[in-house]
Amino acid sequence: MATEAVVERHSAGRRLAGLFHGRPRLRVGALLAGPVGWLVIGYLGSLAVLLVAAFWTVDPLSGEVVRGLSLENFETLFNEPVYRDIAARTILIAALVTVTDALLAFPIAFYMAKLASRRGKAILVVAVLLPLWSSYLVKVYTWRTMLSSDGVLNWALHPLGLHGPGFGNVAVWLVMSYLWLPYMILPIYAGLERVPDSLISASEDLGASPVTTFRRVILPLVFPAVVAGSIFTFALTLGDYITPRLVSNNQFIGNVVFNNIVNNLPLASAFALVPIVVMVAYLLVARRLGAFEHI
Amino acid sequence: MKNQDAHPVRAAWLVVAGLLAFMLLLAGCGGGGGDSSGEELDKLGKGEGQLNLISWAGYVEPEWVKPFEQKTGCKVDNKVAGTSDEMVQLMRSGQYDGVSASGNATARLVDGGDVDPVNVGLVPNYKTIFSDLKNQPYNTFDGTHYGIPHGRGANLLMWNSDDVKPAPTSWDVMLDPKVAAKYKGKISAYDDPIYIADAAVYLKTHQSELGIEDPYELNEEQFEAAVDLLKEQRPLVGEYWSDAAKQISAFSNGDSEVGTTWQYQYFALQEEGEPVAASPASQGFLPKEGATGWSDTWMLSSEAKHPNCMYMWMDWIVEPKVNAEVAEYFGEAPAQSLACEQTADKEFCTKYHADNPGFWKRVYYWETPVADCGNGSSDCKDYNDWVQAWTSIKG
Amino acid sequence: MRLSRRSQALLRLAVGVGLAFIYIPLLVIVVYAFNSSKVLKWPPPGFTLDWIPQAIESQGARDALLTSFKAGVAATAIALLLGTLASLAVARNRFFGRETISFLVVLPIALPGIVTGVALSNTFTQVLGVDLGLFTVIVGHATFCIVVVYNNVIARLRRLSTSFEEASADLGAHTWQTFRFVTFPSLRTALAAGALLAFALSFDEIIVTTFTIGAGEETLPIWIFRNLFRPNQLPLVNVVAVFVVLISIVPVYLAHRLSREEGGPAVTSGGAIEAEATAVP
Repeated sequence: MATEAVVERHSAGRRLAGLFHGRPRLRVGALLAGPVGWLVIGYLGSLAVLLVAAFWTVDPLSGEVVRGLSLENFETLFNEPVYRDIAARTILIAALVTVTDALLAFPIAFYMAKLASRRGKAILVVAVLLPLWSSYLVKVYTWRTMLSSDGVLNWALHPLGLHGPGFGNVAVWLVMSYLWLPYMILPIYAGLERVPDSLISASEDLGASPVTTFRRVILPLVFPAVVAGSIFTFALTLGDYITPRLVSNNQFIGNVVFNNIVNNLPLASAFALVPIVVMVAYLLVARRLGAFEHI
Repeated sequence: MKNQDAHPVRAAWLVVAGLLAFMLLLAGCGGGGGDSSGEELDKLGKGEGQLNLISWAGYVEPEWVKPFEQKTGCKVDNKVAGTSDEMVQLMRSGQYDGVSASGNATARLVDGGDVDPVNVGLVPNYKTIFSDLKNQPYNTFDGTHYGIPHGRGANLLMWNSDDVKPAPTSWDVMLDPKVAAKYKGKISAYDDPIYIADAAVYLKTHQSELGIEDPYELNEEQFEAAVDLLKEQRPLVGEYWSDAAKQISAFSNGDSEVGTTWQYQYFALQEEGEPVAASPASQGFLPKEGATGWSDTWMLSSEAKHPNCMYMWMDWIVEPKVNAEVAEYFGEAPAQSLACEQTADKEFCTKYHADNPGFWKRVYYWETPVADCGNGSSDCKDYNDWVQAWTSIKG
Repeated sequence: MRLSRRSQALLRLAVGVGLAFIYIPLLVIVVYAFNSSKVLKWPPPGFTLDWIPQAIESQGARDALLTSFKAGVAATAIALLLGTLASLAVARNRFFGRETISFLVVLPIALPGIVTGVALSNTFTQVLGVDLGLFTVIVGHATFCIVVVYNNVIARLRRLSTSFEEASADLGAHTWQTFRFVTFPSLRTALAAGALLAFALSFDEIIVTTFTIGAGEETLPIWIFRNLFRPNQLPLVNVVAVFVVLISIVPVYLAHRLSREEGGPAVTSGGAIEAEATAVP
């Protein structure tokens, strides 16, 4: 008969755990110290430092940054129509890209979630994710060659007597819709997977047509996922400056910020506030719509 | 779980907010321009084994880099920039040792403390540089030398000889809305605020009543005229280029048929067998109004980690044989007078007017626009105005 | 769901069109990787395999791949740590500012890359006086990769009943033991999925990297950007791009399998609730 005396070993781990026991505040603090410290002090702090510059000006003679409090940059942005045009263009195309991607993504996501076999699902998920691994730059540059005068698009449309959109706003819309499509497909797919088949069957049993079932059962349930996907398509379009530079002559907000960083950082910071404010507002609305559960 | 965490965690957030505020305070006090020693090097030491350069496309090529590396042991890393703005930005990061700066960057670099004076006594080959490149307003400030001249050239008018007929002799094919409309969507303009000077050069001839003398010193009226001209050009432009290779591919693809360019792209397209042409050498490659151009200077970063290697490079690049190679490769007039005996083409220097200061009076080197007009008044547009105007032109 | 034959056919057509849209440009990339001419006209004049050995021999490409790999691994590791810590705090505790954490974590990826890049670069060089280099790149990447790990883990934590953890504590395990033996094993696949996506994000990132990288280093996207317009190097770029896609097939498939254990795709969310699971909130 082996009786082992139970010796209470107070290992270092147990002692440390004991420190946190019954002190949930301390536990939360310890858990959050790293992430919050990094994000708030490192990231938000850096942002704040940059955005403070929006209230500074640049000395016209020496080009040095003058650290007084001034609203001059905001006056410039409001008074010069070109900045309004650029901001409007950026936001509009971001919205268009989002809507386009939602429309393109939905059939694919629906098929993947509800109609594909197990193997089909696996193949389709890999097929949709794979393009995310090909370089963004290579994709945009390839579109540039495809849209150019001697490119694939004109070559393919020529027999039909048409020709491609060339470079410009249409090209930017096309390329961005292409680039961010996987970011929209996957959350919608995840959202649709969460809609139990039993609900759909019940709706059909109650006599609803597929359209009605879609409109009144599926869509409300999957909408937060769509909003989650839209966060990516909207944000990524709003901030991009490389694609507009490669396939268009028209400037986006990012281009203006980029071009002014060297000579006029205060103006660049001030203009950078526009996408920041827009995105924060967008995120707040998205959170209210429940999208954060679906990112 | 009971929510017993309210107050202390709230206090923690306050602490975090406080730290944030502290960072803001730091931003207010710290930072600033590069710390420049402002002193010239007295003696040349040993090479540091590494050299980080920023340059225009075609300026730092293996043909003359490899012999340099072998001779000095300084391994060269080069970053190609497409515009002066890019160069200034890169220099401000303090990560590079030197830059081949054009006149629309040199003044800004000196003012910003990003470059140090250069002791030309440590650069033996400087003595035989063409005299009209020495002590110029774009490389000498307050009597202090800030760099070693590299070479100079004009911005070319280039066109696709198959598609653009008759061969243009004037910038009006790009800047006169009536003439340029023929090539709508196929025009290639330089993507930089300094391009406004090209419009000013055009207006100097075609709207002489404006009284434009120096395309970089423009008063309100002259500036507005140039900007309006470019706004009229805007719908006709196919592409604004800032990367030399991007323009090369645009001409090859048929996206561009006429545009402003450098000899570098012109040579590259000819090599590929593309049907391109530029104003003939007999005209000095200049359309009848003249052209903007550039005279480039190698400058030393105030935060250079490898200053000795940089001095060695500056001496190397203006060595007669090397400067000849450099000039012929890119297609510019060499800075080194002795290079003219070393060029493969014996007529090279004559063709490129290397020794003809009179020719360069029709070439308006890139310069940094400042408010001080040089004629007493201070109402000229400065570079900030040019940058903002460029944003409105492109839209 | 019961759909008419016609609807099903239409749906299949839509899927086909969508997939064609996604893959045609990729096929163009592949074609150009074998293009015998350096000028990208269409149709290409001829085909050649010559670019492949050139790409393999390209020192710049190899160095850039290695640097990207190192940055990706380091950024992913940091993101794993910070993301897990944050999600543990939020999922298992209630405290002031809890909702803000989710918001805070998503900001780096939602705000424009240029803003993040310039802000971080500014802080490094002006405020902290730190030289830019691989370290600063890793910091930048980790910042926006946190959200990916956080979302995967928190979705998983929300679905895991706390009863297991409570039982473990009742049986005498202390905090670390509970985490190590009970919580962590259930998180493994979520962590793996998050790590794979974080790595992918870091590997392909260009904008923030441009502002935080030093003079001598190059990640793969920086190398590609530098060579994109150079006619001599362009076919190499295409070859490298195709290569990266091909080698990523396996990890992507693995990620899908891993998250399928809990029944969902690997992108960002932890996945769907299996229909057969009787999980009820």
